[in-house]
Order: sequence, then structure tokens, then C-alpha cells
Amino acid sequence: MTEVVQVAKEFRVVGQPVARHDARDKVAGQTLYAGDWTMPGMLHGAVLQSPYPSARICRIETSRASRMRGVAVVLTAGDVPRNTLWTDLPGQTMVVGPLRSRLNVLAEGRIRYQGEPVALVAAETEARARDALEAIEVEYEPLPGVFDPEEALRPDAPRVHDEGNLLAQWRISSGDLAAGFARADVVVEGEYQTHFVDAGFLEPESGVAWVDADGVVTIRVSTQVIEHFRDVAEVLGLPHNRVRVIAPYVGGGFGGKEDVTVEVYLGLLTWKTKRPVRMVWTRQESLLARTKRHPFRMRYRTGALRTGELVAQQIDLLSDAGAYAYMSALVALYASVTAAGPYRVPNVEVNARVAYTNNCPTSAMRGFGAMQVVLGYESQIDRVARAVGLDPKRVRETNALRRGDTLPVGQVIERHVALPELLERAWQALGDPTLPRAPSVRVGRGVACNMQPYGRLVWLHDWASAWIGFEMDGTVVIRTGVPDLGAGQASSLCQITSEVLGVPMEHVTIHIADSALTPLAGTTTGTRQLYMSGNAVLVTARNLRQQVLEVAAQVLNAAPDALTMAEGEVRTAEGRAVRLPEILRHCAKLGVPRTHLGVYHAPSGEVVDLSKGTGKVFPDYAFGAHAAEVEVDTETGKIRVLKYAAAHDVGRAINPQSVEGQIQGATVQGLGFALMEEVILEQGINLTTSFSTYLIPGVLDVPDVEPVIVESGEGAGPLGARGIGEPPIGPPAAAVANAVENATGIRLTTTPFTPERVARALGAVTGEDGREPVPEDHSR
Amino acid sequence: MKIEFIVNGQPREFDVAASETLLKVLREAGCWEVKEGCGEGVCGSCTVLFDDQPVSSCLVLAPLARGHSVITVRGLQENGGSLHPLQEALIRHGAVQCGFCTPGIVLTAFAFVERTPDVDREAIREALAGNLCRCTGYAKIVDAIEAYVKGVYG
Repeated sequence: MTEVVQVAKEFRVVGQPVARHDARDKVAGQTLYAGDWTMPGMLHGAVLQSPYPSARICRIETSRASRMRGVAVVLTAGDVPRNTLWTDLPGQTMVVGPLRSRLNVLAEGRIRYQGEPVALVAAETEARARDALEAIEVEYEPLPGVFDPEEALRPDAPRVHDEGNLLAQWRISSGDLAAGFARADVVVEGEYQTHFVDAGFLEPESGVAWVDADGVVTIRVSTQVIEHFRDVAEVLGLPHNRVRVIAPYVGGGFGGKEDVTVEVYLGLLTWKTKRPVRMVWTRQESLLARTKRHPFRMRYRTGALRTGELVAQQIDLLSDAGAYAYMSALVALYASVTAAGPYRVPNVEVNARVAYTNNCPTSAMRGFGAMQVVLGYESQIDRVARAVGLDPKRVRETNALRRGDTLPVGQVIERHVALPELLERAWQALGDPTLPRAPSVRVGRGVACNMQPYGRLVWLHDWASAWIGFEMDGTVVIRTGVPDLGAGQASSLCQITSEVLGVPMEHVTIHIADSALTPLAGTTTGTRQLYMSGNAVLVTARNLRQQVLEVAAQVLNAAPDALTMAEGEVRTAEGRAVRLPEILRHCAKLGVPRTHLGVYHAPSGEVVDLSKGTGKVFPDYAFGAHAAEVEVDTETGKIRVLKYAAAHDVGRAINPQSVEGQIQGATVQGLGFALMEEVILEQGINLTTSFSTYLIPGVLDVPDVEPVIVESGEGAGPLGARGIGEPPIGPPAAAVANAVENATGIRLTTTPFTPERVARALGAVTGEDGREPVPEDHSR
Repeated sequence: MKIEFIVNGQPREFDVAASETLLKVLREAGCWEVKEGCGEGVCGSCTVLFDDQPVSSCLVLAPLARGHSVITVRGLQENGGSLHPLQEALIRHGAVQCGFCTPGIVLTAFAFVERTPDVDREAIREALAGNLCRCTGYAKIVDAIEAYVKGVYG
């Protein structure tokens, strides 16, 4: 019997598809993004990037560049007060020593990837800054490099860092693997390979910095993390309170603006010159040097009973960190924890390693490790279904996690898991089957489910804060340090506030993402922002409401809990009402604050030893199920996605229109990953540094994605919401692979599923002698 | 060289180098609503209307604009600053997320509905083929344009 949980609809503003307040400026062309800002006397900054992936810098000569007319400053590693950037977990407890990683702000002697920053320039014009870069003479001695994580782990491999090429390893073990496989009626094996992907935000890395009053280095930058102000301060050798980061509305992040981007270069250039400096990267610079999504090589061995019940799974994961650690250890952790998928598997072993190479560094990108493994576990489920002769949906339902189940890592699932309902709703949304439109075309359908954590590791003691206040006219101001990447982060907070305080949306103004002036709310990453700042705003608004109602109770001569707030007034049960401004005047007279600063602390826990399976790792998980109908042209190998439905339990949809937008947008990014986007690195050299070679999906490449919203009310976020930023990017590649197998009988295991690759696989399966398909050649 | 062309209905004079793009000249003249996403004519973020035709301004050399009319997204606002109903439709349908592609999308869509108002979804998609959006997955953009056309002409 499936447990069905439904959310009550008792809200006025929450749950409505209200138009986002930021959309008006954006559609009018009035939003000033980071690179649109301008300051009097502003210089233009640029970065010199290494052309080699592995080299020694023998000599840098900057004097010719420095002497050029219009060049204000040229900086190399020796000019940087503290030339190390620590990748830590901003704003948190700083107790996660093993996960720290470091890199040089500017290269110091050794080059480890193509695109590594070597020098900085600031000049009167952008053209002059670029001329100056060309005038910097750098003598490189190319060195042998290593470009494959498997090769990097061999003892004789060139070392990317002195401490060796194994960056991190996670092991998870639960139950008794050998006993599990001994029970199995069928065992299926598969090897899967994913590829490098770029965030592809349309707004490149950009910002403007200046030294403000009191010597505060102020940086207005496109970022997901304003709390990098601390990192910039450390590099400049300044106290933390002398650096301020402001994030205007961001032109897309997707994880690519989670690590430090240009803010540290801007900080250095403005501090050295004491003049405002702008830096805007070209698309080529961005595609060359921005951290990428990790390629994963995944080996799965899955044991199941004839009933389809999973009994054992052995998983080996190897990912490519590129040249610097960034978030790689954490990404591998997320992959490990979710590697067995949203299923009950009693006996599991996961061995995940991440290796340094001389490739472009990899780090956060939407899905953060938990998306790559979906191709592994969801392909395996279909293989199990085929082996036991059952419907793949049925096998998923049989094994789906339920409340009370325990993950291999030891975490008990405390909240509702709607997988069977999601699966059914996604499948139904496909409607009637499409008939093939030509003899060479095959049509097929597939499904894929996933789980994605939201919020941070529980031992990072995550918190977020918000300030809300009434103005004397009854309008409301919110201040919170939330960077808004375009997903409606700020607008959702206005909706929650409007709901609780009973004021119309248009009476709420929000100030976001200023590390000096807004209470800190942490990073807009890891699908945490609605969960964390949503809860912070909810707590704050409720406290403010209580403060105001207690005064209103005196004015109205009624009990505070008998009062309601709506349409800008406070009302009694009998219908007597007082407008907010009058109550606020009473607050002023009585000395009762009309503001509140609130903090939300996520439930936290102790550091978990993954290998011992000792408990809770993440606050909660989000679950989804996708269904795809594809056509495969057997002559060209071209896959076209005809229909696509994506169902997610979002707990509660604060703004259903924004939720649909996240589902559609993330799914299309997932389809781009599945079908066409690929950063091609040849011996560490990037061959895809333009949008004409790095292909993000256009409108003709994808179908209309049908979003299916399920609201169980079971999330850890405000009013029962779950995060939705990342979850829908997980299933597309697996859903497409499963649909292609349904259409053609071939199993695609290496992303992206380009026509070339599909045609090769089809050639193997339709060979004259009717042999089994041969494994794909993973080399290029 | 000094050249003159019309920006959003106003004749303006510019001092440009022969190799400068229209995109760069417009931005330096304060038209920040024209965005640079790729610099090579692929993404459509820098779309402007050049004599009412949508073009990628990163591919137009500025001197070629001499004597022509250029319209940016700000030029669509009606007297009194109110938005064009097509822009309202994009807001209402949730077709705007990060917004960086939006000025280009608005102008491409505007030129399309002015030229070919009798449309279906596939025709709308064809028209938008030169404008990349990384956030929305396109469905709500197509929804908005479809609803606008139906509302005006349906």
C-alpha cells in the first residue's frame, strides 16, 4: 500500500504563481548586472592565462607591459600579499580540515592546467589591458602531464601535486556484500562514463571593485557566495571587516560561480591602484578556465532476486578533479552517499576515488556528484528489469525507499518518499505513444528516478539569517544576504513575508546579497537557499508578526492570538480592523521594535564516518521521476527527444511558476548533458572555448518539458517545502539512455549520446553476424 | 571616425574606430541593456533591431550603422515608460529567470510577432533558434509569445 501524503492549501500568497518582482526590471533591460556597473575613473582589468596544461615558469618579464601608456599596474604572484586561496566552506564551523584545499591566486613557478592565471593587468581601457597582457613575456618549460584519472593513479604517473595524485577516497559499506550476491538470482554489471561539462551561464565572470570610505575594498561581483569576502581579505592581508562583497542579480550560476571567480583579482587590482576596476571575462576565457563538472567513471555490479528485489550492489567510482582540489572531495562524497539510488539495497559497497590530473579543475556544478551517478544506478535498474523480465517501473516501485528505510551510509529516511506516485504521474504525462515517422526511425520510452540532497552536510552547522522591518507607512523591508541567481530566490522570500505579515506583495521590498549590510544567509548553492533563508525569513516574519500583534491587541482590546493580519491591516474575529500605520505609531510610542533579526539553524549533527555507516549526512533528500519518449534515427544516430515529463515532490510549491521553471530549466540542462554539451580536452588542451563548439541546447534541440509538481508537505524547508534547484538535472541522461534501449536494444553508457557515438553503437548491434554489442570505445 | 545613427528614435553621434562592434559602441554609450554573452554571434544576448530586423550586434561593425535605426529593448517601452504587452506576457508566464538573455529574446520575439503574427508553437520556436537561454528550458518563453499572439490576434 502506497502512502499518499498531501499538503493542505490554506495560504493566500504562498502557493500562487505570482509574477516575480525582479522580472519587470529584467524584461525592461533595466537590471544592472555586475559587468554593467561603472565608476568614475574606472580601470579595466584582465588576466593572463597559461597556454600550457603542465609547465614550469622559467621567467616572467613584465617591464615592457608596465611601461605601456595607459597601463596602471601589472601583478604577478610575487605581488600578491598572500598568494593562497583556501577552498573552505564559507561561513561555517571551519572544522572540516580534511576537506580544505588550496590553490594559488596567481601561478607560482608551476603551471598545472591550461588557463591557470599567471598575471593581472589594469589599464585605462579594455583594449589597452589586453594589449598589455600580450606584452608580458613568459618563458615556459613544458612538462609531462597526466590527463586521465586512471593513469594519474599509477605509481609512475607524473605528479600534479607533491603529495600524490589521489585527492580523496570515500568508502561506504553496509550489510554483507558477498552474502547479498550469493542470494541473487541475477547479477548485472555495467560501466558508465560521463564527461566534462561547463556551467554555461550566459553572463560571464564579471565585476567592479573600488576602495570605499574607511578603506573598505568593495566588490560588486557576479557570485553565488558573497561570503568570499573573507577569502579576498585573506589574500590581501586585510582584516575581514575591510572587504565587502555585493552580488547584484546574477546572470546564471549553476555552481560555476560558487568558488571564487574574479573577485580576488578585482580586490588585488583595486587595492594596488586605489582606483575602481572592472573585469569582465570573454566567453573564451570562461570556457577555458572556469571549473567544470566532474567526469565520472562508474562500475556497477547489481544483484537482484527474480522478483526484482535488489539484494546487493557494488559500486566503484573514479572522478577527475583536474589540477586543483576545489570542491572535488565533497562532490565525490555526494556521489558516494547517493550512488545506490533512491532504493532499498541491504548490502552495498561504494568505493569512490578522485584523482588530480592536468585537466581544467572540476568543482561544483548543478547536481554536484549526485547527478552523475544517476546514469549508473538507473541504467542498472533497467538491466535488472530486463534480466528478470519485469517492467522497469515495477522494479523501481518494488525497491523504492520509504520513510523509515536506512541508506547505506546509515541515514534513516525521516520524511515521505513519493517515488511510486512520481513515477506514475511522469509516465502518464507522456500520453499516447508517437508512431515512428520513417522506416529508419525507432521510437522508445524510458524512465529514471533520482535522489538529490538539499542543504549542507549536517556537521557543517548551517545557518541563515534575515532582518525584516515595517516602515511607518506599513510597507515592509527585508534584508538578507541571499545571492539571487535568477531562480527567484529573493521573490520567494517576499512571498513568504507577504503571507505571514498580511501585506500585499507590492508592499514588500527586499535588499539582498551585501556582505556589509545584509544579515548573512550563506551560499546560494546545494539547493539550500529556499530551505535555509526561507526558514530564516519565516522565523523572522513570525516573530515580527507576534511583536506587532501584541501592540495591536492593546489597540483593539483583544487577545493577540485572536487577531489576523491581511491586506495591510490587523483584524479581530468580529471584523474590527486597524490599519498597520496606526499600530506602528503605537509601537513607536511604546518602544516596541518594528523590526526583527532572526536566525535559522539547520538541524546539525556530528561528523559521520561514512565507512562505518554511522548516521545522518544531509538534512533531507529530494526525489524525482522522469519519463522520456525518444526517436532514434538508425541511419544517422541522431536522438530526438519527442516528449519529456519530469515529476518532483517539492514538499510545498511556494511559487508554482518558479518551481516549474526550475524543473524545465534543469531538465533541459540535463538533456544538454545527455545529448550535446561536451568540453573536449586533448592532452589538457581545451578544444571547445566558444559557444560554436561548446553547444548548449537551443530551443530547437529540446521538447517542451512537462513539469509535474507533487506536494507532500514533507520538506525540511519553510511550510514543508523541499529544494528544487538541482534535483531535476539528475534523471535526463538515464531516462534517455533507457528510452534508447527500449527503442533500439542498444545500451548507451558514455555521455554525451552524440549521433556519432549512437551510430557506432548501432553499427555494433546490427552487425551482420548478429553478435552481441561490443563495449564502446571510450577513447576519442 | 564620427558617425551618426538613430538609437531608440533619437539621432546620436558616436566616435568609433573602424574595427569596433556595434555592441561595444552601444554599451559604451550607456546602452547596458545590450548584453554580451559570447562575442561571436551564437547566443543572441546582444540582439538589437537594425532597421527593424533582429541582428547580433556583436557581428555588426559600428561604422555600418551610419544613418540606420537601432532599437534596443528600452526602445520598446511605450510613451510614459509602460512595458510593451509582449514584455508583460513574458513576466506573467514566468519566462524570465536570470534575465541575461531576456533583452535579446524580447527583441527577437517582438520582430517576429510584428512580422508574422499568424503563428503556431513550431514557428515561434524557429524564430527563437538564435537566442540561447540557459535557465528556463524555453517552454515558458514560447508559452508567453503564443499567449501574446493569441491575445492580440486570436
